[in-house]
Amino acid sequence: MDFKLRRPLEASSNASSSMMSEISRNLKPGLPFIQCDSTNICYGARQEQSFSEFPPPQVIQSRGLYAREQKTETKSQLEPSSAVNDLVMDWNPRLMLSNLSFLEQKIHQVQDIVRSIISQEGRANELAAQQQLVTADLTYIIIQLISTAGTLLPNIKNALLSATPPVGQPGVMANLPVNASQKQHEVLPMELAKASEYDELIKDLNSGGEGDELIKCLNNSVAEVSESIPIEDHDIKDYDDGLDGENLPPGSYEVLQLEKEEILAPHTHFCLICGKGFKRDANLRMHMRGHGDEYKTPAALAKPSKEASSEPAIIRRYSCPFVGCKRNKEHKKFQPLKTILCVKNHYKRSHCDKSYTCSRCKTKKFSVIADLKTHEKHCGRDKWICSCGTTFSRKDKLFGHVALFQGHAPAIHMDDAKVSGTSDHAQVGETTNGMVANMGYNFSGNASDDAQSLDIKDVDDGQGYFSPMNFDACNFGGLDEFPRSAYDVSESPFSFLSTGTCSFIPRNGEN
Amino acid sequence: MAESGDLFRRIRGRDGLATLALDLFSTTPNPIPCSYSGSAKRLRLGDAIPAAVVAEEDRHDLVDSLSEEILFLILDRLESEPLDKKSFSLVCRSFYAAESRHRRVLTPLRSDLLPAALARYPLASRLDLSLCPRITDTALASVSGALRSSLRSIDLSRSRGFSQVGIGNLAVNCAALVEINLSNATDLSDAAAAAIGRARNLERLWLARCKMVTDIGIGCIAVGCQKLRLLCLKWCLGISDLGVGLVAVKCKRLRSLDLSFVPITKKCLPAVLQLPHLEDLALVGCLSIDDEGLISLKQECKSLQVLDLSNCQHVSHAAFSSVLNKAPGLRQMSLAYNGLVTHSLATSLQKLSKLQCIKLDGSEITTSGLGTIANSCKSLRELSLSKCSGVTDEGLSSIVMKHKGLVKLDVTCCRNITDFSLASITSSCTSLTSLRMESCTLVSKEGLRLIGQHCHLLEALDLTDNDLDDEGLRAISGCQKLCILKIAICLKIRDEGLIHVAKSCSKLQEIDLYRSVGITDTGVVAVARGFPLLQIINLAYCTGITDDSLRSLSKCSNLETLEIRGCPQVSSLGLAAIAVGCQKLTNLDIKKCYYVNDAGILFLACFSQNLRQINLSYCSVTDVGLLALASVSCLQNMTIFHLGGLTPSGLSAALLACGGLTKVKLHSSFKPLVPKPLLEHIEARGCVFQWRDKPFQVELEPSEVWKQHSQDMHVPDL
Repeated sequence: MDFKLRRPLEASSNASSSMMSEISRNLKPGLPFIQCDSTNICYGARQEQSFSEFPPPQVIQSRGLYAREQKTETKSQLEPSSAVNDLVMDWNPRLMLSNLSFLEQKIHQVQDIVRSIISQEGRANELAAQQQLVTADLTYIIIQLISTAGTLLPNIKNALLSATPPVGQPGVMANLPVNASQKQHEVLPMELAKASEYDELIKDLNSGGEGDELIKCLNNSVAEVSESIPIEDHDIKDYDDGLDGENLPPGSYEVLQLEKEEILAPHTHFCLICGKGFKRDANLRMHMRGHGDEYKTPAALAKPSKEASSEPAIIRRYSCPFVGCKRNKEHKKFQPLKTILCVKNHYKRSHCDKSYTCSRCKTKKFSVIADLKTHEKHCGRDKWICSCGTTFSRKDKLFGHVALFQGHAPAIHMDDAKVSGTSDHAQVGETTNGMVANMGYNFSGNASDDAQSLDIKDVDDGQGYFSPMNFDACNFGGLDEFPRSAYDVSESPFSFLSTGTCSFIPRNGEN
Repeated sequence: MAESGDLFRRIRGRDGLATLALDLFSTTPNPIPCSYSGSAKRLRLGDAIPAAVVAEEDRHDLVDSLSEEILFLILDRLESEPLDKKSFSLVCRSFYAAESRHRRVLTPLRSDLLPAALARYPLASRLDLSLCPRITDTALASVSGALRSSLRSIDLSRSRGFSQVGIGNLAVNCAALVEINLSNATDLSDAAAAAIGRARNLERLWLARCKMVTDIGIGCIAVGCQKLRLLCLKWCLGISDLGVGLVAVKCKRLRSLDLSFVPITKKCLPAVLQLPHLEDLALVGCLSIDDEGLISLKQECKSLQVLDLSNCQHVSHAAFSSVLNKAPGLRQMSLAYNGLVTHSLATSLQKLSKLQCIKLDGSEITTSGLGTIANSCKSLRELSLSKCSGVTDEGLSSIVMKHKGLVKLDVTCCRNITDFSLASITSSCTSLTSLRMESCTLVSKEGLRLIGQHCHLLEALDLTDNDLDDEGLRAISGCQKLCILKIAICLKIRDEGLIHVAKSCSKLQEIDLYRSVGITDTGVVAVARGFPLLQIINLAYCTGITDDSLRSLSKCSNLETLEIRGCPQVSSLGLAAIAVGCQKLTNLDIKKCYYVNDAGILFLACFSQNLRQINLSYCSVTDVGLLALASVSCLQNMTIFHLGGLTPSGLSAALLACGGLTKVKLHSSFKPLVPKPLLEHIEARGCVFQWRDKPFQVELEPSEVWKQHSQDMHVPDL
């Protein structure tokens, strides 16, 4: 979803024809072709009108926006029904289809404009106006896409439903960036219901005049998304929670604060078709292949390019929603967090239970699963131990510790050797026991000689009761060859106790 | 010691105390067979006892009434004579008890004597176990139990067989322990080091060649033994910067630190140099230390007095200079085997006003460098230029002219110096006590005469492989303080010259006449008469000597080392005389004395009870002789190649019987013939076998040919 979201946004900021063609290509697969013609015609008419009557760019834009307003209304009429449906069912495919075909029409309109731009090369004035028109249209398409996608988020929506009124619920995913941009304009408290925020945003968009600013907001959100996603893609464990040492002056960046629920949401990327959630965009793209051949094209599978927008992005930093935390913007010595990932890790590490316990040492607990995995890589390898019991994975750290504290000394792995030794013994004992037991069984089953089978039983008993670590037992593997000596040994099972690991041969010699 | 105790009890049973005491002072033969106490001994003992005691000898109660203080005073005078002390302790019960309480140093010859020794000497403070190849944990436990409060020092450097358990026992129980030598304990691990760490009062610790000890172990020592003043970590290959750094942080009282051949880098050096009392630092062969590390050192170590930077091959002169600038109080410095010594390096010595001793062995040195050293150092007392190339007459002269107070000079193998150098040395440095100039082949016999004429204070002189003649020796006879004289491979010297020396240098203790083939019995007889204190004599390949020489040498009762290798005219008779006369003999080399047979060896076995090392190769000794040697209880080292009459079974029996063996060199043909379990058993006792496949050499090398050969070898060096 991010992928689809970003493409149009970039395109809108650049407003270049080549980009446009790419968008159309990208968006086409989901749309049936039949409807294309009609919308083309329809839009074409409108375009003519705008060219002839409103040469100044502002006017064109406002007109375009007015024209759209009606459609927005239709959309907002649709929204409640979708929300109602959500209560019963996760999403309404019919509603989705209508939304999508509507979007398709819009896209074709944009396509036409771009085509006309291509055909009328050279006229500077008109070009500028058309560019603005395309930009505005695309912005609208994006908003629509977001809202459509929002209906596909069952988990979060259900969670949110309990806290917020289900009015025009567009879903968290749409909220996340848009919400942020909202804050930029009018610093509303975050406690406001998301749905209403979203509505207001739409109103902002429709009220006109602020189109440029809106685009800027969206650009910012794009920047933010593109900032966080690559980190996830490369699976970098960013342990640096914030921007310590970055020393941005307080006013030079804007501060965003996500809600706890958003931070703790398990997935950030959702399939538009089936609604499955993913942590990584790349995984989503892989998943999308299952929904049809059109998702298997190299372009669809390709990683979204990181090309930054032409205008410099505003520096954006994050605040932790936990009041009193140093990362909370209310804190005196507020230190902002750099990325969303930082926010997530910080919040989990600092303000959540450590629910992941290391399966090896059973003592270390973590709240971020990546931390647990990192720990498990090294767990048990802390071979550098101080006499105080502190363990270190690195020798120099241990020596630094010992040098610092009076009376602490490096500890020797005394138990290492002992433990391995005893365990070896135990193992050998067990195996020999097992061996003898098996042997005894076999012989008592097969042996024709009574004495032999008796011997074995005796030995077996001696083995079991007196000396589990006796190696003599091994020798009885050769029982066929030395029946007599076996008999001798079995006569005095107590000899096991005293002799320990006596070898077989000398005893044989004595006899 | 246990033996003498038994003996004492037997004596008591037979005669009673008084008669025995009197008997020991008299000159009549001892009624008790006593192999280690000859009549001469008893006479000297009588001399040592104050006259009053001897005068009152018939009143035995007086002997008993002597206070312990007086007995201790007497014993103090006997300190240098272990056999006399033994005799003293046999006088009577009170003497025995006094001796038991007086003795502080125990050096058991065998580990099985240890329990008896510990029982007899409960106040011993130093235990030297270097003659006991195998010391078990049980033995150490008994030591720590018996000498709980008195033991201050223990030497385990030549012993094996103990583990961290025994060391832990010592460390925990002997609170007074300040000195442990654990060198060569190559199998000791960190656990043992941790055990040492429990000896809180330890001040001196040697861990040379403890290769298994790692940073962890040394860390435990550093934390536990914070009173350490001396620490030797030579060849501890398991220790790195971290361990040494921790030692430097924790043991602030360190005076002496030996880090030779330890794989340390520059990282630990700042901490080491910050030790406030560090006086002696050895960094020999630290190949991981490079220029960058030394130059970047900021710390100045003002307390440093002795610095050894020999064999640091990755360090250049700039780095040496920078280090020397950091240690203004340096007295002794060694830069041996570090390549070129030039003017620039020598100039850095200028700031070292206290420098007294410089060792530049094996360096390539320029004349200008020597000139700078001459001008920069003020009070040089010792200079070693052994095996330096580039030492010229000019350079050497410039130094000796400036430093007239030079006491020790070593110009071994400086083959370019001539009579000119010698003239300037002898004329300016008349206070020389030690001069070593082996193989200075350009110096003529006239030049060598100058030594004896001018340097009358010489105590040690090495003229090996020089053009020395009888006139030179006559001149040397002027050096009346001479203790060590090495005139090996001086083919021109004859008996006459040696007689001159023998007449005047009565203090001589060591003489080396190796391959000085002009020497015959006459010379050796003179030597034996003239040097009553003689301890070491090397007559190897002096083919002219016979049993007469040995008979005369048998009068030198202090003789400890006798080498008569390749003297074919010597026979068992001569050896028997030596065995009877020289009872302190510890080291004997009779290789290629073809006429020495079992008869001679039997005498050795009977009388030379102190023999530790013997080389019997090529002798006519059989199983009988070898087996007889087993009665020498402290025999440790045997070399037995090409013994004609030796059979595998005889060898096995001898090996089994010699309980104290630590090293045996054998022909490898015997290896498959001796039962393997036996070899394993002997190895388990602490003995190391060295199997060599040496071919049998029938002919003696004619000395003339050998000399010619050696001179040919010298020619390219000139």
